[in-house]
Amino acid sequence: MKYGVNEQGYYGDFGGAYIPEMLYPNVEELRQQYLPIINSDGFKLEFEQLLKDYVGRPSPLYYAKRYSEKYGANIFFKREDLNHTGSHKINNAIGQILLAKRLGKKRIIAETGAGQHGVATATVCALMGIECVVYMGEIDMARQAPNVARMKMLGAKVVPATSGSKTLKDATNEALRDWIGNPVDTHYIIGSVVGPYPYPDMVARFQSIISLETKRQLLEQTGKELPEYALACVGGGSNAMGMFYHFLDDESVKLIAVEAAGKGVDSGHSAATTFLGREGVLHGSRTILMQTDDGQVVEPYSVSAGLDYPGIGPQHAHLYKINRAQYVNATDDEALQAGLLCCQLEGIIPAIETSHALAHLEKMKFNSDDNVVICISGRGDKDLDTYIKYFGY
Amino acid sequence: MDYRLNMNRLNQLFSRKKNNLLSIYYTAGYPELNTTLDIAEALEKAGADFLEIGFPYSDPVADGPTIQHSSEKALENGMTLSRLFEQLADLRKRVSIPILLMGYANPMIQYGVERFCKKAADVGVDGVIVPDLPMYEYETLYADYFKANNLSNIFLVTPQTSEERIRKIDELTNSFIYLLSSSSITGGNLNVSVNIEDYYKRVKAMELKNPAIIGFGITDSKSFSKACEYAAGAIVGSAFVKLLGTEEYLEKIPGFVQSIRP
Repeated sequence: MKYGVNEQGYYGDFGGAYIPEMLYPNVEELRQQYLPIINSDGFKLEFEQLLKDYVGRPSPLYYAKRYSEKYGANIFFKREDLNHTGSHKINNAIGQILLAKRLGKKRIIAETGAGQHGVATATVCALMGIECVVYMGEIDMARQAPNVARMKMLGAKVVPATSGSKTLKDATNEALRDWIGNPVDTHYIIGSVVGPYPYPDMVARFQSIISLETKRQLLEQTGKELPEYALACVGGGSNAMGMFYHFLDDESVKLIAVEAAGKGVDSGHSAATTFLGREGVLHGSRTILMQTDDGQVVEPYSVSAGLDYPGIGPQHAHLYKINRAQYVNATDDEALQAGLLCCQLEGIIPAIETSHALAHLEKMKFNSDDNVVICISGRGDKDLDTYIKYFGY
Repeated sequence: MDYRLNMNRLNQLFSRKKNNLLSIYYTAGYPELNTTLDIAEALEKAGADFLEIGFPYSDPVADGPTIQHSSEKALENGMTLSRLFEQLADLRKRVSIPILLMGYANPMIQYGVERFCKKAADVGVDGVIVPDLPMYEYETLYADYFKANNLSNIFLVTPQTSEERIRKIDELTNSFIYLLSSSSITGGNLNVSVNIEDYYKRVKAMELKNPAIIGFGITDSKSFSKACEYAAGAIVGSAFVKLLGTEEYLEKIPGFVQSIRP
């Protein structure tokens, strides 16, 4: 693949494995094992079967009639919100738990922002009967309380991250610290296309099912497998990478990633990483991150816990730098309004993360025969409180 | 002048003294912004053999609560790499023992690695420890800057590090190898179990060209002297940073050093 990872774990200038020696054996084991394992027939069979029978794949590609009328193009929703556990996160969690089992790991750790990845991880651990510890920022635990309860019901231990901004980046720090202290029996299921190589590539492969299905479904429904546009929201960027993956080499497909602008990119309360960030190192990879001149990581802000992250995956940083994908942003207000519009036009309550991608439709100009696919990465049940408070229902 | 022809202070120390070496780590800017050199001076007077001065980072994943807290506080106090180098301008007027800077990759990369190495050499720093700067990136991107400025780059070794990798680290190193007492973040306890002794013995038996210094979990004279049975010396970090969090910490430094190495 033209835009894929090289042998050293780099996408152009980005990627690599910037990890302390304590993590080297774990990451090296993964690096050596992940491709042989996930390309093996036994793995593929089990992965595909679970995606079909347990997750409910393929997820529908839905022609959004009223959206299409409103925006003057053929708009398709890739319904990852209909997956078991309510988001695309389960695709990666299933892949990694099967990998962890084959590596002989007895304990799983994970970080979570909105709680969707935590729930997905707790779910697959229950499924496999493996111990599960999820790190979650203290602030996120408060704003996503239903997901905290879900993880506990599923048998996971949820540990609050109380350092720094008490959100996703700090949950990731705590998970890395746990992994340092438990180097032999524990596998860390990273939830996004971030972290040291091979995580960005591994997670992208597990999520690539999104664009693989979309291609087939578009062909069935429209006679063409390539859309003019593919859109997705991006925090770390796993649903976006899943949606872009099989379109990367087809240069005619315009790829659009929507970041969270929070209260506005210049407000000082934002998570628009490509707009506000510079190149550096975060959570084990060289990427673009929001930071001070002194190289201290800036605490991001977004109404959506899943996009409240100061970096993006290294492959995204590469696609941004070489202009293969366009990185734009939507504010809290724009996203919340777009979420409500989706409820009222299509009867779908999207996750606030997803609403950021929907919000960008307002700023685009289409030809009437353009096919536009948009990843509905998750459902909005977890965000009802935020929507209700904002709109005063 | 070609710096590479010279032994730096670290090399001179290790060729002069082969055991019971005591090194102390502390975070620059903690508990007060401007006592970096006062602490270094007090530690030298108290008998420390070399020092690691930490430059703080917002996301120190290899550190436990004590050093995390000191880093947060130091950043609040306004510590930056530029400020640290300003403070170190008088380093060699006040302190003669070897000094290493220790921190994470991102602040160093933002400062500019070449500029960082030049500046460090200018103020009289002898080595650098950056736990999250990997060997591949060091070799391909940065090693020339370190060599041109006669700076040692120190690598970490854990009980899980393979013999092949230890050999490679030994080859890339020209001062000492930082031997972690266990795979853990800083501030844990040194539980010397049979396995750990096996690991120390295994490394010792490899007869590396560089001396090994044991770090992480060295908190008192017992853990210090245990470490010195297997290595040339040991590093105390969190236990000293805890002392810095107490009243009149400068006065307590001689007693602290005495308590570790009577």
